[in-house]
Amino acid sequence: MYRILSKTPLNPTVTQMEIEAPLVANKALPGQFIILRVNEEGERIPLTVAGVDPARGAVKIIFQIVGATTELLNRRNEGEYIQDFVGPLGVPTHTEGIKKVCIVGGGVGCAIAMPVAQAFHEKGAEVTSIIGFRSKDLLILEDEFRACSDRLIVMTDDGSYARHGNVTVPLKEMLEAGETFDLIVTIGPLIMMKFVTLTAKPFGVPVTVSMNPIMIDGTGMCGGCRLTLVRDGKRITKFACVDGPDFNGYEVDFDEAMSRGRMYFDFERHAHEETCNLFKDA
Amino acid sequence: MALNPKKHEMPTQAPAVRARNFNEVALGYTAEIAVEEAKRCLNCKNRPCVTGCPVNVNIPDFIMRIKAGDFEGAYRIINETSSLPAVCGRVCPQETQCESKCSMGVRFEPVGIGRLERFVADWHNANATEKAVPPAPNGHRVAIVGSGPSGLTCAGDLAKKGYKVSVFEALHTAGGVLVYGIPEFRLPKAIVAKEVETLKDLGVDVQTNVVIGKTLTVDELFGMGYEAVFIGSGAGLPNFMNIPGESLKGVYSANEFLTRSNLMKAYLDKPVTPIMKGGHVAVVGGGNVAMDAARTALRLGAEHVYIVYRRSMDELPARREEVEHAMEEGIDFRLLNNPVEILGYSNPENPRDPKNGFVTGMRCIKMALGEPDAKGRRRPVPIPDSEFTLDVDTVIMAIGTSPNPLIKDTTEGLSVNSHGGIIVNENGLTSRENVWAGGDAVTGAATVISAMGAGKIAAKAIDEALSAK
Repeated sequence: MYRILSKTPLNPTVTQMEIEAPLVANKALPGQFIILRVNEEGERIPLTVAGVDPARGAVKIIFQIVGATTELLNRRNEGEYIQDFVGPLGVPTHTEGIKKVCIVGGGVGCAIAMPVAQAFHEKGAEVTSIIGFRSKDLLILEDEFRACSDRLIVMTDDGSYARHGNVTVPLKEMLEAGETFDLIVTIGPLIMMKFVTLTAKPFGVPVTVSMNPIMIDGTGMCGGCRLTLVRDGKRITKFACVDGPDFNGYEVDFDEAMSRGRMYFDFERHAHEETCNLFKDA
Repeated sequence: MALNPKKHEMPTQAPAVRARNFNEVALGYTAEIAVEEAKRCLNCKNRPCVTGCPVNVNIPDFIMRIKAGDFEGAYRIINETSSLPAVCGRVCPQETQCESKCSMGVRFEPVGIGRLERFVADWHNANATEKAVPPAPNGHRVAIVGSGPSGLTCAGDLAKKGYKVSVFEALHTAGGVLVYGIPEFRLPKAIVAKEVETLKDLGVDVQTNVVIGKTLTVDELFGMGYEAVFIGSGAGLPNFMNIPGESLKGVYSANEFLTRSNLMKAYLDKPVTPIMKGGHVAVVGGGNVAMDAARTALRLGAEHVYIVYRRSMDELPARREEVEHAMEEGIDFRLLNNPVEILGYSNPENPRDPKNGFVTGMRCIKMALGEPDAKGRRRPVPIPDSEFTLDVDTVIMAIGTSPNPLIKDTTEGLSVNSHGGIIVNENGLTSRENVWAGGDAVTGAATVISAMGAGKIAAKAIDEALSAK
């Protein structure tokens, strides 16, 4: 069992928790993820590590309440326990040799983008961060990004806060104005990462994307997290859990990944509704 | 008294009934049948059956105890050499091991050794009241990576000798392939849990949710005071055929399909982890894993399940008993067929059609057997212009695995072969000092009992190395 050290709502649908898991806290690096189960019968879900405090044995996770399991997790409080917590899994984000980086985060993906931005900042890179949200209510981690970014651009889809529009707009402006980056790292919805990649393509800037497919064991056993890279015209199968979750954006078959991500859409929607109803009755 | 030329039949659930439930297929011998079957053993002097067992169970001795009605005594004899008798009695391929050497088998059917072993273990689990007691500690500590059959066997053998053993398991439940891979109807999970509890009674410390190669490395284990490490991390990433359509929704690896059903209990009426149930299912491959996947799909409610295998029945690698059970249950064997493409739904009018990207069928080509290959198996060759489509909505690829990279990539000096399997000597010792390995991590996908044999050999070698210190 793993104790919840702290719980902080970041917005109405996004919660931050610190979980006591000293072995994971000692090892986790930006870009890596954990897998947890809330209770004995629970499903395994992957969540990216949003930060660690090894002295307290704490691992920070930030999750959006989107389904039955995240709903259950959000019902747990500080001092309570969750059943299983394993990691760190996946390969950390490569930060070596990058002097100038642009971090593009969308929605709850900003929770993963933030420690990556911090890592680049600590390595001495010049960090530009573009973070986007649907609206002002859903904004998270603005102060944290400001602290580790040389330049921060906040976007909202509906214009309710900061600049109106999606994250590709300022990225395109910068690139067209002749700005150069050694690397763009983008983390968020698949459709956003696809368009960030397409925006960067004419300018030849390398793009790293962080994939978050359906996963079970997360250790290279089940193969459920597979995705396709297209390299030199050849299609290559990779596994996000051991080969990723970071991949070269130009190689990822995003359309396939989006389709696979919806495999259990009906099941998940139904399960979430049932879980919510369960709590309503109680 | 004339000897019964035939083994006593194993009582089983009727095929039509069991094909729709997850309860165990074989029901086990009663005490009366077990004693009668034990009487068939000739108790011959040269004991060929023992040489056929990878862990050298003293077979005639335990069978003589059954004959005398001393079932607990029989258990103690098995337990001297096997840490997992209730598991072995169920999943060992006895027909190619102990029973294949049985003297009775020269003229008649061999003694039902596996069925007797299972009876003894089940009798013990149901009736024994004494818990295993840890022996006096010898002061040495050993770390075991993985709680599958090789790791549990190695752990059990060392614990019985007084070693302080810690087992590190990546998943949330101990048992490895015994819990995520082999289905409930062949090996009830309660039996695996019971065997793990017995090891804990012996003093074995089982730590779940620790991924060696990620949470801790092999080198860190030595730093923590372990004097030897045994790697039994099992088989790795599933293989795919690299044909078009393998990323469509409804295509699973057997590992994923079985893990969803077994470990995550997707077979329950109200599962928490989803799985595609029902419809028409094709399982590609001919091994035991393919049989398990096909029979699981049937029990999940599939209307029709195909096994698609590119060679003929003679080359099919699965155990005969599993193949026969599958056929009785109505699995449709399409032999000498090979998939060439998986077909998916695509609505060009509506890219948001929810059916888009789901499997609708599988194109196959008929095969003929050609010349024998290097291993002596006749190589299947496609018959031109023989393609056809199977109407299926789920495809399960059960065509083997490739080794997991996590430990190899984080353990300097650990040599692996061209397939990625860890290289060991005859005692299971790797290229690293004080690091042993065994099971699928060494051999690639094989059987539970061969993994147990490897765990046993390594435990003996570890004991020799550490007790000489």
